[in-house]
Amino acid sequence: MQQRRKLDQKQINQELLSGNLKTPKWYIPTMLFLGFFVVTGFATILYMFNKGLGVTGLSRPVYWGLFITTFVFWVGISHAGIMISAILRLTQAEWRRPVTRAAELLTVFSLLTALFFPLMHAGRPWRIVYWLMPYDFARGIWPNVRSPLFWDPIAIGTYLTGSTLFLYIALIPDLAVLRDRTTGWQKVFYTILALGWRGNPRQWLLQAVAGILLSALMLPIFVSVHSIVSWDFAITPSVEGWHSTIFAPYFVIGAVHSGVSAVVTMMALMRWLWKWNNHIRPEHFDALARLLIVVATAWLGCTFLELIFSVYGREAPEIALRELMIFTWPWNLLFIIFLLTGYIIPVGFWIFKKARNNIVIMFWTSILVNVGMWLERFLIIVPGLARKQPFTFTWEAYTPSLVEWYILVWSFAWVSFLMLLFARFFPLIPLFETKESQVFTSETKIGRATVPVIYREED
Amino acid sequence: MSKKSILGLFDTPDQGADALDGLHNAGFESHECDVLTGTPYPEGTFGEHVPQHRLFRFPLFGAIIGLTLSIFITTATQIAYPLVTGGKPILSIFAMLIIMYEMTMLSAVVTTVVGIIFESRLPKFNLGAYDTRITEGLIGVVVNCEEKDLSKAKKVFTDSGALDTKEA
Repeated sequence: MQQRRKLDQKQINQELLSGNLKTPKWYIPTMLFLGFFVVTGFATILYMFNKGLGVTGLSRPVYWGLFITTFVFWVGISHAGIMISAILRLTQAEWRRPVTRAAELLTVFSLLTALFFPLMHAGRPWRIVYWLMPYDFARGIWPNVRSPLFWDPIAIGTYLTGSTLFLYIALIPDLAVLRDRTTGWQKVFYTILALGWRGNPRQWLLQAVAGILLSALMLPIFVSVHSIVSWDFAITPSVEGWHSTIFAPYFVIGAVHSGVSAVVTMMALMRWLWKWNNHIRPEHFDALARLLIVVATAWLGCTFLELIFSVYGREAPEIALRELMIFTWPWNLLFIIFLLTGYIIPVGFWIFKKARNNIVIMFWTSILVNVGMWLERFLIIVPGLARKQPFTFTWEAYTPSLVEWYILVWSFAWVSFLMLLFARFFPLIPLFETKESQVFTSETKIGRATVPVIYREED
Repeated sequence: MSKKSILGLFDTPDQGADALDGLHNAGFESHECDVLTGTPYPEGTFGEHVPQHRLFRFPLFGAIIGLTLSIFITTATQIAYPLVTGGKPILSIFAMLIIMYEMTMLSAVVTTVVGIIFESRLPKFNLGAYDTRITEGLIGVVVNCEEKDLSKAKKVFTDSGALDTKEA
């Protein structure tokens, strides 16, 4: 069935720039609502800096709690962009077109947000400079390149820089469209950002080559980032449940699972808020759900492999940890919720075509996945620290405080706020990709059936 | 004699291609003509030359710089503040590889982006002969020529069915 509507370039401009050239009615109230959480969240962070980490629930032996869980969660979400944009671009998947920009954007803003958490977690964030930058030559102390706490910022910094540049390069032709449709300060703003784009064959050729080249360069970075995040845990031999060789692929596949699900959530919101029914269609949700079934199943396989590897050696501390996680209250409840929301309920829906094409179901199941994926990170990080160790006199002492929960809420409001702010000034769906899709697609008759056709240039 | 530009606006890619053929037949060189569109068309749609570029050199160049710099930084910092661990070398190769990998990739990405902008001949804020209707779907054909040849180019555009012409 052909869900695509034939649109000319003028119509595409009108529909996709509607939110940029005119403020939608819902926009300001939504921004004020999110803005409240953003401002109060920042106030909470400043309060915590002033009072110290004592206002959190972090205490001996659980020093890594909600902040690090949320850091890993947002780094995971950031894997949406490159998964959707780079892999689907390289494989020339036609249905990627309306999704790429929003996914790249989610990458940039979720990474920015992720960076806040280790900074906050440090308690005195300005001191982070001590282990990141060569400083104080008089004392001759340099960053310790053996520490994963040094690898992390390097990897995330590389990914953030690369993703931002990737996003900008693909935005240039659309900035030229905005330059041509605006006046006054907005025209000056878009003129500067568009760098004088005219759309000649040379520029279009380089835009196409850039898409492929940057995708190919970003993919290895994409794999390395969450691998390195996983090594924050995996190279720590002293905590049961962390020291596992499967962590790097497990984290990467988990990140893709949560990231692509976040893209589904965002696409549903984009369709509802901007009424982009012509551009974000059920066929896109169907394709993403099929992809998610594969990713989710691979991720579940890794989850069980991790469990099997940990108990196979029959080491008492590892077995005690798994008993705590799976059979002991309240961890067992969290474990069950994690399995249900991370895999069983969503994939149970997605195997049915009707559910894959139902945007409301896709929206809620994608949110469930991210509830599960957040819990997964919590269950990886906290029980290993909370378990009773030999020679320790305190254990299972961690209850996140209101400050931590509020900062978690802030992070969601902050990412949404940034996304909406971006959406006010820049198109969320790539105009030139949509127009190109109209040039390269058609319909043909085979017998009495009319089928959609996609033309593809030979490399 | 000063150079001038003239732009012809066309409704369809076929008309744009006809105009470009007409310009070549009228004696204009390929490097004097350009096609402006609001969407990417397949290579050669308008009978234009496929542009040559050297973009692929940029990431290679960047990667070499990034790798060299990262080897220097990781080696120098460990030698400057040695963390002596019994029986093990001062330089921790595995840890160095991680940083070298990231810095190599970062440098390759940055130079690629510089290369894309440079090879696209951007930034160039003077748009010359241009019309905002190009980003609404019209095809623009531009000729940069001597002032005396403008009328010849304009005639080609009119004969090819131009909706409008503009000089700059």
